[in-house]
Amino acid sequence: MYQLLKQIVKTGIVTERAPLPDTALREVEQRLGEVILKHFGRALAIRHVDAGSCNGCELEIHAMNGPYYNLERLGIKFVASPRHADLLLVTGPVSRHMETALKRTWEATPDPKLVVAIGDCGCTGGVFGESYASCGRVSNVIPVDVSVPGCPPAPVDIMQGILTAIAPDKRR
Amino acid sequence: MIVEKPFSELGLNAAALPGAMPAFCASIPAGELRGICEQARARKARIVALWGSDETQRSAGFALHLALAFPAGLLWLSVALPREDPRYPGIADIYPGANRMQRATADLLGIRPDDGADTRKWLRHGAWPEDAFPLRKNVGAAVRFAQQPDGYPFVPVEGEGVHEIPVGPVHAGTIEPGHFRFSIVGEKILRLEERLGYKHKGIEKRFEAMTLEEGAKLAGRVSGDSTVAYAWAYAMAVEGATGTSPPSRALALRGIFLELERIANHLGDLGYLGNDVALSFGFFQFWRLKEDLLRLNSRLFGHRYLMDAIVPGGVAKDLQRPDAEFLAGQLDGIEREVTTLKAIYDEHAGAQDRFIMTGQVLPELAERMGLTGIAGRASGMAHDLRTDQPIPPWQQLDPRMASHTRGDVAARVSVRFDEVFESMRLVRALAQELPSGVIRTAVAAAKAGARGLGWVEGWRGEVLVALETTAADRIHRLHPHDPSWQNWLLLEHAVHGNIVPDFPLINKSFNLSYSGADL
Repeated sequence: MYQLLKQIVKTGIVTERAPLPDTALREVEQRLGEVILKHFGRALAIRHVDAGSCNGCELEIHAMNGPYYNLERLGIKFVASPRHADLLLVTGPVSRHMETALKRTWEATPDPKLVVAIGDCGCTGGVFGESYASCGRVSNVIPVDVSVPGCPPAPVDIMQGILTAIAPDKRR
Repeated sequence: MIVEKPFSELGLNAAALPGAMPAFCASIPAGELRGICEQARARKARIVALWGSDETQRSAGFALHLALAFPAGLLWLSVALPREDPRYPGIADIYPGANRMQRATADLLGIRPDDGADTRKWLRHGAWPEDAFPLRKNVGAAVRFAQQPDGYPFVPVEGEGVHEIPVGPVHAGTIEPGHFRFSIVGEKILRLEERLGYKHKGIEKRFEAMTLEEGAKLAGRVSGDSTVAYAWAYAMAVEGATGTSPPSRALALRGIFLELERIANHLGDLGYLGNDVALSFGFFQFWRLKEDLLRLNSRLFGHRYLMDAIVPGGVAKDLQRPDAEFLAGQLDGIEREVTTLKAIYDEHAGAQDRFIMTGQVLPELAERMGLTGIAGRASGMAHDLRTDQPIPPWQQLDPRMASHTRGDVAARVSVRFDEVFESMRLVRALAQELPSGVIRTAVAAAKAGARGLGWVEGWRGEVLVALETTAADRIHRLHPHDPSWQNWLLLEHAVHGNIVPDFPLINKSFNLSYSGADL
């Protein structure tokens, strides 16, 4: 126990500053009013859906919950059910075998809901494209608010995408 | 060293396949398949992969391919099958690992085993009808099928107090999609049946529309967490098929990339294994170290996961002397911390209580079912391609194989710790003595019908890429094979008699790829 506590003290707090929202990542204008956004900014529940990725984006989503990024300190946490979620974080080209599951997950998420598409595949279909087995980009299957490109996008980029989804749209 | 006629004892006239790894090809009639498999099984040869190909455009029918691992190297057997009703004698009773591979081959190509074995669909859900075979050459890249109703006959378990828990495809955490059907009594798991294939996105068909150069990027995205292993296996296959020899500096750098990938994944797993036994301290500590390593990758090689760092003909990223020393120094720092954390894990009674005797796969079962890779080494399967076939750059380094025989979560944790330390030694040794010279050589033009084989010990296990070219440097058929194919079967066995709440822990201790096996 002594070694464990010593290691915690020795490590200290390594968490870094969170990125600022970037309107350029938006696919559509912010649909939510400031009152709702104010609440989301303090307590946002995310349901991650892997709709067919290579699992590279998942590695970075995991990293985002690690100590350097520590997403939960911002009041943003991952939940186990879409029924508890405000935002869907979707990775991958959507495989046709996940098409129904993704649509059902989206339908099960209560309004107002947000969708952030992660990675080159989520944004464009990426190297997998569209085929007999792939629907391509996420927006081919469900409406997308924010897209975060990258293969895979770094944790700080994914954080920025999430924060953009719950930020007022400066263009308005 | 190439042995004269290494498979003559099986009655085979096998030809050596050019390339980095010792590999041999032989064509056999369908009638001899089972006999050869029985003999191979008796000689403890492992099944690495089974796949099919469409040869109808070469005025032939179809072909079934089987890759078996012998001490002398890999044996690639091909069985020519007729154009109408292509059938072959199934081998899933000899090699249980072949079951799902046979079913996938039937789904994609309509090549079926003719015994009464498990003929349920595997990779096919609703994206194409039962009588369509998307990997056949007469199905164009633009063809789309209407979404089909998707039923699947799970094996029912009946009895007093037995009930089922269906889980997935969308899971409660950040996990890839798949369906698990638990049959349980009280808290105890009687049976687990997996249904995978949700991530099937047509990777093999995609390869067939690509040139050998274009395919490298896709190969590195078959399973993102093993991008280095796949990129290397792909490059090895292309180099074998084209008669290209990558420079020795490139081979040493590939070794560094592969071991960095192994360290990063093991650190992440060790963190999650702590997290799954409520030791969240372990998660935060190991993910801090993993992040340090990923940032080091990014700084030195321009990508956190080293994607696209390996290319056919060599590597795309070099390592200069000062950076090599910096890398070694950073690894020293991480190693010291891992040593501290290992002592904490070892002495943490709560964690060890959950790890020990949980999710056990005994060596006898592992051998019978063909458990491979890191999970295999934790269950007494003493195989590691870096030591079994020590080609450059492993030759001079004498890598030490980690192993354990208890086959439980604790054993899989122990093997991971051992491999982290050994990989750090290998990276430092390789970085210290990098051969001078170029890092990339031009890839020679491929002849039509040339075969190449890549076989690499990734962090999870052996990754295979079997390639056959067509004219103009294009891909006739490419099968990338993940060790998860074999190991998913054993996960079903590992959970027997365990309690449902231990499933996430057991699953994590295997940490198998969905994408890599769904293709």
